[in-house]
Amino acid sequence: MTGTEYLQEKGLSVVVKTATRWMKGFIFLYGAYIVCFGHLTPGGGFPGGVIIAATFVLITLAFGREYALGKLGKLLASELDSLGALLFLFLAAGGLYAGSKFFTNFIEKAHPTGTFRLFSAGIIPLCNISIGVKVGASLFMVFIILAVVRVVVVNGKGKLITTEKAGTK
Amino acid sequence: MNWRDTLVPFYTALPLCGAFLIPMVSRKVRWFADFFAILILTLLVAGCGALFGHQQVYTFGNWPAPYGIVLVLDPLSWLLLFLVNLIGLMAAIFSVPYIERLYTSKLRYCSLFLLMIAGMNGMVLTGDLFNLFVFMEIATIASYALVGFGCEARELEASFKYLVIGTIGSSFILLAIALLYGKTATLNMADIARQIAPLQSDPLVLFSFVLCLVGFFIKAAVVPFHAWLPDAHPSAPSPVSAMLSGVVIKAVGVYALVRLVFNVFGFSHLTGQILVGAGILSMMVGVILAVNQWDFKRLLAYHSVSQIGYVILGIGLGTPLGIAGGLFHLFNHSLFKSLLFLDSGSVEYETGTRDLNRMGDLAQKMPVTSLSTLVASLSISGIPPFNGFWSKLLIILACVQAGRPGAALWAVAGSILTLSSFTKVLRYAFFGRGQKFDEASWKEYREVPVLMLVPTIFLALLCLAASILAAGGEHGFFGDATGVLLRGAGSYITTVLGGQG
Amino acid sequence: MMYALCFMVFLVGLYGVSCKKNIVKIILGVVIMEYALNLFLVLLGYRRGGIPPILDRSMETTQFASQAVDPLPQALVLTSIVIGLGTLSLMVAIAIRLYERYGTFDVTEIRKLKG
Repeated sequence: MTGTEYLQEKGLSVVVKTATRWMKGFIFLYGAYIVCFGHLTPGGGFPGGVIIAATFVLITLAFGREYALGKLGKLLASELDSLGALLFLFLAAGGLYAGSKFFTNFIEKAHPTGTFRLFSAGIIPLCNISIGVKVGASLFMVFIILAVVRVVVVNGKGKLITTEKAGTK
Repeated sequence: MNWRDTLVPFYTALPLCGAFLIPMVSRKVRWFADFFAILILTLLVAGCGALFGHQQVYTFGNWPAPYGIVLVLDPLSWLLLFLVNLIGLMAAIFSVPYIERLYTSKLRYCSLFLLMIAGMNGMVLTGDLFNLFVFMEIATIASYALVGFGCEARELEASFKYLVIGTIGSSFILLAIALLYGKTATLNMADIARQIAPLQSDPLVLFSFVLCLVGFFIKAAVVPFHAWLPDAHPSAPSPVSAMLSGVVIKAVGVYALVRLVFNVFGFSHLTGQILVGAGILSMMVGVILAVNQWDFKRLLAYHSVSQIGYVILGIGLGTPLGIAGGLFHLFNHSLFKSLLFLDSGSVEYETGTRDLNRMGDLAQKMPVTSLSTLVASLSISGIPPFNGFWSKLLIILACVQAGRPGAALWAVAGSILTLSSFTKVLRYAFFGRGQKFDEASWKEYREVPVLMLVPTIFLALLCLAASILAAGGEHGFFGDATGVLLRGAGSYITTVLGGQG
Repeated sequence: MMYALCFMVFLVGLYGVSCKKNIVKIILGVVIMEYALNLFLVLLGYRRGGIPPILDRSMETTQFASQAVDPLPQALVLTSIVIGLGTLSLMVAIAIRLYERYGTFDVTEIRKLKG
């Protein structure tokens, strides 16, 4: 389909689509900023992850379900979710490797840096990033499953037999 | 030995790692989910064996106790840790063929199951109040999802009811934590105990104590707040019911209640009265409502309410024999109640129904299951030589010794009614015929697969072997755990704030 | 005074959970209760005339410690909000599936489990 036909087919109107296409990079960047500077300014993993998820929700609302699922499908979101949590556990266990307890800030103890700098505070920015990835992916998955995937109720007994994506509209 | 000191945080880290690794790997390798869950649980049970008698305060990140989060392993924590991981292992082995046949998504089940184990392990080990709340929420949210796992109408209804009532309980507990933090400016349980020791009659402390009591009574399904249990426990898949009745109401409800009442707030005479009263009420209401049930698992769920009443009664007495009896009954109840739920799962696997009227003569077709149900029924009714007899005897003796013969009489009456309802189960399901018995489908029944028999046989043997643990009364196997509770806030404070490593 | 208001919002939420018949209203009651609790927890850290707990380059740490608002309840509330989010998403998912099974959101009609 041609460009104008695509713009008028699914999702919301042309104005919203154009605005979203310009803004989605900035919103994602803002979320990433909150995650990465979590040890210096308010924020950290959770709020930053929520804003990253909000970017994808905005894309879903503006462009329709298929486009957004193409960008970050259910499978990829699930893998990112597990990866984020495993990375966090791995960082926590890194303290054990350095000869001390869990959650010891082994990077800071090995290479102490000054304060108020971006690359400081040891494992804390890395933990923030892993939590940000996890929260963003899992919130987007919650949104997709609640709003996009439709459950088909077969033979009236209400048994969850198949799930299918909502038809193209 | 030094390596034992590093084992403690793995009780939360390993199941969490498993819960997140399973969805990633299982999509490609089909058998990974069960195998990894059983492997993790076996390692944890083996670790419990290595940690027996070990007492430790583990400081995360080397931050000392009032400033950082600590994990405290003392004999009471060890007891519950052992129970959680053992029953978890049995339920995980049982669920390999069970979930295969009756439900759809294995990897989601194993992942949620490991999350529940991680939450309960963390809750039992932690020494920090808000950490207790967080792990409690992890465990209970995983259990809400597991109760509604097969998404049929009744299961979803039960899950929603459980969810709302459980969230109200958690909100009360969070409000109590907030009030305590406002009063003492610290979250470490030992530090809070030290600061509120002179403030026993402060209205804020009393209010947060009442909120804690109500919140944990909701979680432990003690009688005015038990309404969610008869709906939630039958609707869950059977290994999950075994976990819920066997460990969740104990680790999340009874353990946290006991830890806060004895070691943080301090045990007073009025608290004892409330616990004894609630215990007797739970005992009688549970067993009277259970006698009339025709659904196998609903009957077992009502009996859970009743037996938790025994535990609360024993602990509420406050004497060494009483607390030892209560903790011993906690241990035994985990064993025989999870055995009963696993047996009901075997029956459901084979016959496809939970209605006692439709079953009959199962002893001829499923001999091993019938034998283990017989063992468990004799245990729960308190027949010697099984373990239930000894723990109920300890509680009754403790009631008489503490000068409450009325409580002892109620306990005996409850035991007789328990025996009568289990006679009903055995007569209609296993050794006789129900009223709507179907001969044609009865001929098709076989014994369940081996993987489902192994946990039931093992738990039945443990029911018999656990009688030995009664030897010595309050100075025997449960003596250390009893001592932790009896010596109250003072010794807990010295354990946590004194010895750190 | 603010604490009393938080407690009143908590009671409003509790009223919503226990006395309303629509499932969506029950879910909203739970959300209001959790909101009130989080607000109470954050307000506990307040210090009159305090500054936000963000260390600036130009500030001494002792002066900071004596003037800043308590940051620990803020961390607790962050965790609590996320827990509430998890519970809420589970509740909404179950409510949607309940509607598909029973055809109604009315709690008095969703009563197949009895006895």
